[in-house]
Amino acid sequence: MPVRYKLKEFLFETIIRASGLASIIAVGLIFFFLLKEGTLLFQTQTLGDFLLGKKWYPISEPPGFGILPLILGSLLVTLGAAIISIPLGIACAVYIAEVAPPRIKEILKSGVELLAAIPSVVLGFIGIVTVVPWIKSTFDVPTGLTAFAGSFILAFMAMPTVVSIAEDALHSVPKIYKEGAYALGATQWQTIYRVVLPAAASGIVAAVMLGIGRVVGETMAVMMVTGNSASMPKGIFYPVRTLTATVAAEMGETVQGSDHYFSLFAIGIVLFVITFAVNMTADVFIHRRRK
Amino acid sequence: MTKKIIVIIIGILLVAPAVFAKDDASIQVKGSDTMVNLSQAWAEEFMKKNPEVFIAITGGGSGTGIAALINGTCDMANSSRQIKDKERALAEKKGVHAVEFKPAIDGIAVVAHPKNPVSQLTMDELAGIFAGKIRNWKEVGGKDEKIVVLSREVNSGTHVYFKEHVLAGTGEFSPEALLLPSSQAIADEVSQNEAAIGYYGMGYLSSAQKAVPLAKDEHSPAVAPTTDRVIAGDYPISRPLYVYTKGEPQGAVKAFMDFIFSKEGQEIVSKTDFVPVAA
Repeated sequence: MPVRYKLKEFLFETIIRASGLASIIAVGLIFFFLLKEGTLLFQTQTLGDFLLGKKWYPISEPPGFGILPLILGSLLVTLGAAIISIPLGIACAVYIAEVAPPRIKEILKSGVELLAAIPSVVLGFIGIVTVVPWIKSTFDVPTGLTAFAGSFILAFMAMPTVVSIAEDALHSVPKIYKEGAYALGATQWQTIYRVVLPAAASGIVAAVMLGIGRVVGETMAVMMVTGNSASMPKGIFYPVRTLTATVAAEMGETVQGSDHYFSLFAIGIVLFVITFAVNMTADVFIHRRRK
Repeated sequence: MTKKIIVIIIGILLVAPAVFAKDDASIQVKGSDTMVNLSQAWAEEFMKKNPEVFIAITGGGSGTGIAALINGTCDMANSSRQIKDKERALAEKKGVHAVEFKPAIDGIAVVAHPKNPVSQLTMDELAGIFAGKIRNWKEVGGKDEKIVVLSREVNSGTHVYFKEHVLAGTGEFSPEALLLPSSQAIADEVSQNEAAIGYYGMGYLSSAQKAVPLAKDEHSPAVAPTTDRVIAGDYPISRPLYVYTKGEPQGAVKAFMDFIFSKEGQEIVSKTDFVPVAA
């Protein structure tokens, strides 16, 4: 009997270990593949020309593979989305965690989850027919297909991540902290602002970082509403082209094994590095909170 | 966009029953998004007559189709540009001989908002606008308004054709040109924006946009993009559409190619707003 149990034990342990390692192996393989294809670009281009070049003309003769406008485009859209979604998301999380009565709390929570379930292509479509014409008429710009349209749509995609993780962080603030504040005569607002928020700060920062990670990697909605013009971004009300949209839009037509093909993989590496950095930052804050 | 999604859904619905059908001849066609509707129409009509043959059409772009042909994952590739030397070399290396057919012509319409007062453009003016040298509608006889230039993405065969034939002298699209992911996206933006100008295959024209007649130079008359003018060769921007087969067509593929070039197949070309090659 014990032998059979031992075998069972061993079998399950192996299966679970394999499942655990599977995702890490997948990430490793993806990164290896990106690196293998992407670095081939640098046989003909220098890293400086690639990262700091201002001309993205991949199919011209001679081609231009400068992704600086694309990097700035991605950053601009992300920054805009962060400015919109962070205050809204945190305020929403505070309301859900601290203020709302239980019934409304449940409704709001499922509402936020529902927002996360909307496919990005649907948000992009809604953006094209509502947000884009609205921006054009309200801000009197030549076209509504701008970085701001992308930020606006992406803010709603980042919200569910920010809200649910920030709410979690607020929820896990020990009850004694609040009771202490109330005992000293603090109002509800004073308690939230001076006690609960600082106590949950690292968790909230993690929520924000994960939200930003989601925004940086988003492709479809951004491609539909930002106009994708590869010039150096002049402001939030001008069209921009993001890194993700570039890969998605150009991969279909590129000649396999060409410099253009390799440059799209190199963009993939850049994106990988950016999201990795963002997630690492979030991770650092999550661990700080646990200590 | 919606059109594309509908096409994809129809594609899936068509594939589903085939999975359960008995083992008949099947043809995989992949490639140009411009040609998806046309190709689908050919396939539907052909399958009505030859129920034993199953044809699956997918888009993805001309490059995707040619790459699939080279890698052996499709039997026919639709392409709105000619195969590149590099691709042909790669194909030969893998033992695939791509045979070229030109079953239809596409006229490329230059479109603006119906309220735009500009009634015609010369090719030089068009090139100037898309290269970013002409920035205001005033310079070509319109209102004092900044021109919003709309182009297809670089994955589009139409983009490549426009760059090579309209911008040939000046070379590059203006970096400020908006690159939109589909013809439908350009149609939508043009119908909403009075300052916009864009281009796409004649098939996407509707009453919400105005096709701007084009003149070869200052002395030539301006010609609107109609089937007759494209066949006569008067309209300055039209291009052949290509189908590539893996080796000389045989069996079901040959029957399908014959159908495409038959009177009926060419009628379908006109019906889907492309220009037939044979009467």
